[in-house]
Amino acid sequence: MSRFSKAAALAGLLCLGTVAAVAAESFPGVGRPATPAEVKAWDIDVGPDFAGLPKGSGSVDRGQTVWESKCESCHGTFAESNSVFTPLVGGTTAEDMKTGHTANLRRTDFPQRTTFMKVATVSTLYDYIRRAMPWNAPKTLSDDDVYAVLAYLLNLAEIVPSDFTLSDANIAEVQAMMPNRNGMTTAHALWPGPGFGTEANKPDTGNTPCMSNCKPKAEQVSILPDYAWNAHGNLAGQNRAVGPVRGMKTGPDEAEAEAGSPALALAEKSGCLACHALNAKLVGPSYREVAARYAGKDSATALVGKLKDGSEGVWGDIPMPAQTELADGDARVLVDWILAGAPEK
Amino acid sequence: MSEGLPRPPAPAMDAGASNGRLRRAPENFLTAEQIALVGKGRRDFLRSTFLAAAAGVAGAAALGRPAAAAEGDDAILKPQPWATSLGQPVAANPYGVPSKYERALARRQSPGLTQVAAASVSFAPLQGMFGIITPSGLHFERHHQGWYDIDPAKHRFMVNGARPEFVKTPKVYTLDDIMRLPPVSRMHFIECGANTGMEWGNVAVPTVQYSHGMLSCSEFTGVPLRTLLEDCGADLKAAKYVLAEGGDGSAMTRTIPIELVLSGEVMVAYGQNGEMLRPENGYPLRLVVPGVQGVSWVKWLRRVEVGDKPYATKDEAVHYIDLMPDGQHRQYTSIQECKSVITSPSGGQMLLDKGYFNVSGLAWSGRGKISRVDVSFDGGVNWVEATLQTPILSKCLTRFNVPWNWDGRPAVLQSRAMDETGFVQPSYGQLRAVRGTRSIYHNNAIQSWKVADSGEISNVQIL
Repeated sequence: MSRFSKAAALAGLLCLGTVAAVAAESFPGVGRPATPAEVKAWDIDVGPDFAGLPKGSGSVDRGQTVWESKCESCHGTFAESNSVFTPLVGGTTAEDMKTGHTANLRRTDFPQRTTFMKVATVSTLYDYIRRAMPWNAPKTLSDDDVYAVLAYLLNLAEIVPSDFTLSDANIAEVQAMMPNRNGMTTAHALWPGPGFGTEANKPDTGNTPCMSNCKPKAEQVSILPDYAWNAHGNLAGQNRAVGPVRGMKTGPDEAEAEAGSPALALAEKSGCLACHALNAKLVGPSYREVAARYAGKDSATALVGKLKDGSEGVWGDIPMPAQTELADGDARVLVDWILAGAPEK
Repeated sequence: MSEGLPRPPAPAMDAGASNGRLRRAPENFLTAEQIALVGKGRRDFLRSTFLAAAAGVAGAAALGRPAAAAEGDDAILKPQPWATSLGQPVAANPYGVPSKYERALARRQSPGLTQVAAASVSFAPLQGMFGIITPSGLHFERHHQGWYDIDPAKHRFMVNGARPEFVKTPKVYTLDDIMRLPPVSRMHFIECGANTGMEWGNVAVPTVQYSHGMLSCSEFTGVPLRTLLEDCGADLKAAKYVLAEGGDGSAMTRTIPIELVLSGEVMVAYGQNGEMLRPENGYPLRLVVPGVQGVSWVKWLRRVEVGDKPYATKDEAVHYIDLMPDGQHRQYTSIQECKSVITSPSGGQMLLDKGYFNVSGLAWSGRGKISRVDVSFDGGVNWVEATLQTPILSKCLTRFNVPWNWDGRPAVLQSRAMDETGFVQPSYGQLRAVRGTRSIYHNNAIQSWKVADSGEISNVQIL
């Protein structure tokens, strides 16, 4: 047992003593029993043993349909896109499905680590898609559509065939084929409990507090590259103007650099740019596309309404959610700016 | 360049060069065309421009200075508006804001780190902060699916069991309920597991804000999670883990060992630095898991489930896993091991002068209290012990200071912390020997700041 574990165990005992006294207290009138319906509504976690997995199924075909309307805009047609998030699929092989280790993770020259290269547990994917996807409308997929989207992803990852239907009955068989299912280890000292038997694991580095002549010389192995000096803007403007030091001037002052459009700043602050870009389709259409569509029409008032109340079907299947928190005046500023072609300055 | 910095300009000396005072870079010494070149990565001409501009200023100062100096300082001799007119009334700012002269110290993003700002990071400006408490408005941010300002009257917290036998009475609490319970207030650091993650392979960022700024420290107020679990009749002997879940779109989930909950340290918090949590930090309710990486401090906390198996959630099965050289990932890595960094002077800053400086920084450990911090001025060959500033608290930032007389020659500043378990912060060489360079998480290596003879300070790595 390490010194730390002993200390922690001792601290645990002491706390047990004090908290036991507290536990004798009760708190009448505080909290109430949860109803079964309430627990069911929120208890949506699915564990590696598939505890909590709802009954249901979804085919690769159905998954492709859902994917194209709700997932493709961020993740790409084949879940390979690197433009918004890191790629989900790629880098695994049929051999990996046999060994349960993604071989490319051993290579230092492999450019990308996709979700399927890393994830060991298929339950993780079901759980996460259900609770957090689509990114701009989490928890809106039916349980069956979560199965379908996962089936489509498993097919893209070449784990299941294109006529596959994933269900609660066969998901364990899929687990047995996951390419990196044996790729995790808990043999480390960074878990703050004994759950994985890690109390036996000592920290993996063992520096000593040497005070003098600790090494022949300071071996410098890396310096800040020249191009990185100003990659974070003008450092002079990121330091206080009084005190023992000043920031180095590495670019123009912030006031000069950031004289952008106030409407653009409002769009950023209001979260619009999570789904819209000025000049490229993201989740929603680009602002320049919107400006082109409504050019020459008197549409500003109607668009303010769409912005506030939400809209559906104009630009495809992904609905624009209602922006209820946006003040009327701000909505008008945004619409006028979009219709003017969303200028940056 | 082997010595690590682009060739420094000749120090621009005052008219009275004998005092050795360096002059900082004059403002606006670049033309628009030159700025564009800098933007494209060209910096080679920048030094000569700086030199010319600095020389010009030094010349002007030599002409202008003596007359004023004879009588004294205008800041004293001339009446100032604030001393000769009426100031502003009380409550001019109903919620006070920092001085307009402090705008430089703000949360900032690292350009190019992420594609969308709703799933990103903003870094705290450690380079300008004092003591150990992070002002709530400067607390670093990490959001997975954007942040919300949740109406506290509509927020609920639920405790349930993975199986019925784990929790006798699953319960729902409102904020009214939780704020009626006996509170505790404790100061703890929170550090993202990916802090310093951009530096695993090589130096990548210029300042401590970007290298270490996913670090903050607050006084949190709330109710020990253990109290709430006991109130629900949780079977704390059968339980081995709890799952914490957020109420936002990402519904973030993380597994936490029951032993940490039983210790009483894990807290369901609503307070931060004497007021309610800020929305960006989880208003109205977040989990506080001292010593453990920030991702486990689930914000907008809506539910805790008691169970007996770990959950392998997305943020412990796809992200927040540590890639080792053999291709295996370490899973459920959670503790933030002992680490420290010098915040002043630090990368991207310039010393104004030769002579006395207070070298100051922060040290912390997820395993307990800091017991000692040593500082080196020669890249780790020789060390001196720093003074630890009180309070020195468990799983909390500790401020250290050490005096330094800078002689104007190049130096490499490092700090090395030790915690009460005897663990000593590793060097880059030691860390990479076991973990390689491809991990993203848990980089707690000794940080090096190189001071050039110009007084300019840059980020370097020493084995």
